Amino acid sequence: MIETIQSFFRGLAQTHPKWNFIFFYEPSQWARIVSGLSVTIELSVACIALSLVIGILGAWAQGSPSPFLRWLTQGYIQLFRNTPPMIQLLFFYFALGQFTPTITGPDGWTEEPVMSNIGWAMVSLSFFAGAFNVEIFRAGIEAIPQTTKEACEALGMNRLQTYAYVVLPLALRVSLPALNNNLVNLVKTTTQAIAIAVPELLYQMVSIWNDYASAQNAAMTVLFVTYILLVGALAFAMNRWERTLHIPGFGGGR
Amino acid sequence: MSDNSPWTADQPIVSIKNVRKSYGEFEVLKGVSFDIMKGDVICIIGPSGSGKSTLIRCINALADIQDGSIKVEGQEVHDAKLDKLALRRKVGMVFQQYNLFPHKTALQNVMMAPLKVLGQQKKDVEMRARALLKKVRLEGKENAYPGELSGGQQQRVAIARSLAMQPDVMLFDEVTAALDPETVKEVLITIKELAADGMTCILVTHEMSFAREVADHIYFTDRGVIVEHGPPSTFFDNAQDPRTKAFLGQIL
Repeated sequence: MIETIQSFFRGLAQTHPKWNFIFFYEPSQWARIVSGLSVTIELSVACIALSLVIGILGAWAQGSPSPFLRWLTQGYIQLFRNTPPMIQLLFFYFALGQFTPTITGPDGWTEEPVMSNIGWAMVSLSFFAGAFNVEIFRAGIEAIPQTTKEACEALGMNRLQTYAYVVLPLALRVSLPALNNNLVNLVKTTTQAIAIAVPELLYQMVSIWNDYASAQNAAMTVLFVTYILLVGALAFAMNRWERTLHIPGFGGGR
Repeated sequence: MSDNSPWTADQPIVSIKNVRKSYGEFEVLKGVSFDIMKGDVICIIGPSGSGKSTLIRCINALADIQDGSIKVEGQEVHDAKLDKLALRRKVGMVFQQYNLFPHKTALQNVMMAPLKVLGQQKKDVEMRARALLKKVRLEGKENAYPGELSGGQQQRVAIARSLAMQPDVMLFDEVTAALDPETVKEVLITIKELAADGMTCILVTHEMSFAREVADHIYFTDRGVIVEHGPPSTFFDNAQDPRTKAFLGQIL
């Protein structure tokens, strides 16, 4: 089976020199794609998780009675929402990276930073998407009518119980469509980590076509298809979740 | 009566004295006083903006007051050291907009507070909740979500939800004002049955014929004061104050 595929693409490269799918018949190039894809997935999953935590904490801080916390959150949102993610990546890696401590490498004499470029990309992109998540969750919480919270109060619930049992479950449902959009965007934005040489999928593909100019069209095609599948899977899962959480007579949909 | 003496049923269950409340510069309640005995049904009527809803929201501390005193079973409500949970176990409230939890079924709505707030046993709570839904004639609707129920049905779930906390006093804040005329009746019947069972009820309402039928006493408020009060027969047929007369003239 693999033999057939490999010989098909080797033949295709000979008959159509502009369509050299080299990674489909050269195991060493295939390995680059697999490693790039796994870094992309690792980066995406970590950033989604971290940005959700930032979003929940930020939305909580925005509703806090402390003006300092509210001011801090607002400053964070404005900074990260209104600057390009690529510049944030460069800033985190090159500017902040200078000040982080280094450790001696395994060879005994090189100095390596404690935080790798993948680590910085995770932090930077999570902060970027997290800023949007704060606003998304806040909008969800604010959509819950004051009168619903009053009903909780009249039933003897305290603030924590009101949030845990009523406000947050409802706010999550209001937030999901916007959250879905932001997370899809986040997965696509991971490609910008190429700017600090994170070996994710785009980085590996660019390396391949730098080495083999004839593979450029093929590599771009595979990039498009891979991202469509990757983002499609995420959007599908989010839509399924939205549907499971749907309650009759609340919000739109079926 | 000393503040420390325990409350007994021969004393007013709710005692309101000289209550004043302002929103900023605007004084909504300008010294309101009255007493309610256990088992009484009282209706507060009056033009919009006269402070009716504000008044009953002060009784369970959803709104605070600037001056005066409100006591429920002898306990001062507007006291910084008030145990709010204890107060809300005694005083149930039903709202104009039902305010059910849309992500919970009718049964779960009724069960939530006893389970989560009082930490009672699930088996007992469920049994009581089913009985309450039956009492408000919603047997068979236990698993329906609020969005699948009519306004009148939702309001009856809200009544059951409030009763699940086993309160001694029920507050009804214009509970039929948002309902279709045909479902108003089913809610009023439920309240009437509750009153017949001996529940102390304080209602803000625009349903005059209902007030005449169920109330032991009617209070008419206008511009933050009680203008006139009395048993329904004297109040409706023999109003003295010109403001009461004008209001009743418009409405009846």
